[in-house]
Amino acid sequence: MASTKIPNQKAWLLVLPVVLLVAFNAVVPLMTVVNYSVQETFGENVFFFEGVKWFEQILHSKRFHESLQRQLLYTAIVLVLEVPLGVAIALAMPRRGPWVSVCLVLMAMPLLIPWNVVGAMWNIIALPDIGLLGRSLNAMGIEYNFTRQPFAAWATLIAMDVWHWTSLVVLLAYAGLSAIPDAYYQAAKIDGASRWAVFRFIQLPKMKRVLTIAILLRFMDSFMIYTEAIVVTGGGPGNSTTLLSIDLVKIALGQFDLGPAAAMSLIYFLIILLLSWVFYTVMTRDEAN
Amino acid sequence: MARIRLNQLRHSYRLQPQAESDWAVKRLDIEWANGSANALLGPSGCGKTTLLNIISGLLQPTEGAVYFDQRDVTPLPPDARNIAQVFQFPVVYDTMTVYDNLAFPLRNRHLAATAVDKRVREIAALLDLEPMLGQRAAGLTADGKQKISLGRGLVRDDVNVIMFDEPLTVIDPHLKWRLRGKLKELHQRVGTTMIYVTHDQTEALTFADQVIVMNDGMVVQAGTPVELFERPRHTFVGHFIGSPGMNLLPATFADGVVRFDGQPVELATTPKPPTAATRLEIGVRPEFVHFDRSGVAVRVARVRDSGRYRIVETERDAVTIRLLIAEGETLPSGSAFLRFDPKFTQLYADGWIAS
Repeated sequence: MASTKIPNQKAWLLVLPVVLLVAFNAVVPLMTVVNYSVQETFGENVFFFEGVKWFEQILHSKRFHESLQRQLLYTAIVLVLEVPLGVAIALAMPRRGPWVSVCLVLMAMPLLIPWNVVGAMWNIIALPDIGLLGRSLNAMGIEYNFTRQPFAAWATLIAMDVWHWTSLVVLLAYAGLSAIPDAYYQAAKIDGASRWAVFRFIQLPKMKRVLTIAILLRFMDSFMIYTEAIVVTGGGPGNSTTLLSIDLVKIALGQFDLGPAAAMSLIYFLIILLLSWVFYTVMTRDEAN
Repeated sequence: MARIRLNQLRHSYRLQPQAESDWAVKRLDIEWANGSANALLGPSGCGKTTLLNIISGLLQPTEGAVYFDQRDVTPLPPDARNIAQVFQFPVVYDTMTVYDNLAFPLRNRHLAATAVDKRVREIAALLDLEPMLGQRAAGLTADGKQKISLGRGLVRDDVNVIMFDEPLTVIDPHLKWRLRGKLKELHQRVGTTMIYVTHDQTEALTFADQVIVMNDGMVVQAGTPVELFERPRHTFVGHFIGSPGMNLLPATFADGVVRFDGQPVELATTPKPPTAATRLEIGVRPEFVHFDRSGVAVRVARVRDSGRYRIVETERDAVTIRLLIAEGETLPSGSAFLRFDPKFTQLYADGWIAS
């Protein structure tokens, strides 16, 4: 049969619309960025080729280093808080009964709110003079003003991120937990396993795949955070909460330095790609061998 | 090792059971002798797994008590009962090696490492798991995993009872034979009381010395495989065990004579059916029905070949009577006469034996 088969390449035509779509929404913009990153722009659309000058400049820039450090710190704190907290909440949620759907809906709520609305909500609630949170803290004698104190600004951003995104970890972890058959818990009971041993040897291994996805998603999203942070702190006070994306927008649209901004975008993109790959490789290493 | 006794046990999954049908396990008393190989046989949903979980302590019975020897273990949690349970789907701790899986129950009980090692190696040798000790448990085949869950029960010294909850469900047919043989062999070597839950009559009858047949939360019959086959106490047992099941023919009883369609049918003993009985049936297995020169006149309707023997379906009016004949035996065509072996022919009144 195989020898009589006539090659038919017409199927490629069916893929063409997708190729066009991807080209317009991904490849073309990305190539534009690549194009900008190696040129100097002047008014009147005058371009000069500059080679890797912008890349060198960004990589040696103190400002970029500081933004990157802030970004790494921010993502690290977010992951360290959200993943264990999400797992803990998922473990505490009921496994069956009418409360399951109530809990799930409550958990999904923050995920349904648009990002800039989350930012606006937290901005208002944290206002030191009229916001519920800001006023309460000050009334309790804790001096709190996120527009003036870098620490308060950081705490506000992180609290907001935890509020907004822990649910995602909860939902994924809960899905992993629900997939564990009862027999595992029964066997563990018979084997005399402690609560910790049940977590360590049954629940955690069974949640591993979904947690890998949760960590990757939370890493990528928190590393690219822009909207919520710009609405709440605008990168301030000073530059204390100027994370990578905020810095990038300042360079690109504030200063209109398209070349350096494009180079920074590409470096930013490569960092995310590299770290995602590292995370993924480390977390799935066991399954490979 | 222990003698297991269930005393006046009842269980319902409802908080306030009212009707008889609310009870998943209806009131029963069962005793399993020390060191015996037992089976709990019944269709899905008959309460056998519930019963098993009550014995292992995963479930607290609504009423009644569970005794291991003289000790009432009803309030004890599963880990304090010193039992082993093998589940329908293999349970292994995926991230651990086979060795660590076997050592897990001992380590949870804080045994010294040398004692753990000695015990794990003994059990691994018993279950032919030695070559895989260093392997990750997740990579094993289904029968290997079932052996591990069995081993995790066996490593503990002096296990009271080992329970199997349909352990061969996910095992490939050709491995089923091997593992079933292994279980039987194991029982002979370690002599622990074993209870094997299944809905598969072949598994139950080949494994156990004593079989309890359950239906609808009740014990229908307890006995040896031979007793269940030759003298079912209830038509359910006659039907559930055997392939094809027992023939049931409408009967009448008067002046000490049992008749089927007017024809007297000879029984080994004169039955004493309760006078209030509304439904009388003659029960005789296809194995004990033969063609003869005279007797019950029937018409041969169908013949099915099952390999070693042929199943012949005969009819008399609307009643079908099946019988088995060997390959090569001559088969009368059209009308024929049947004889029932009196020794294995019973009368049932409302389902229960009346002899």
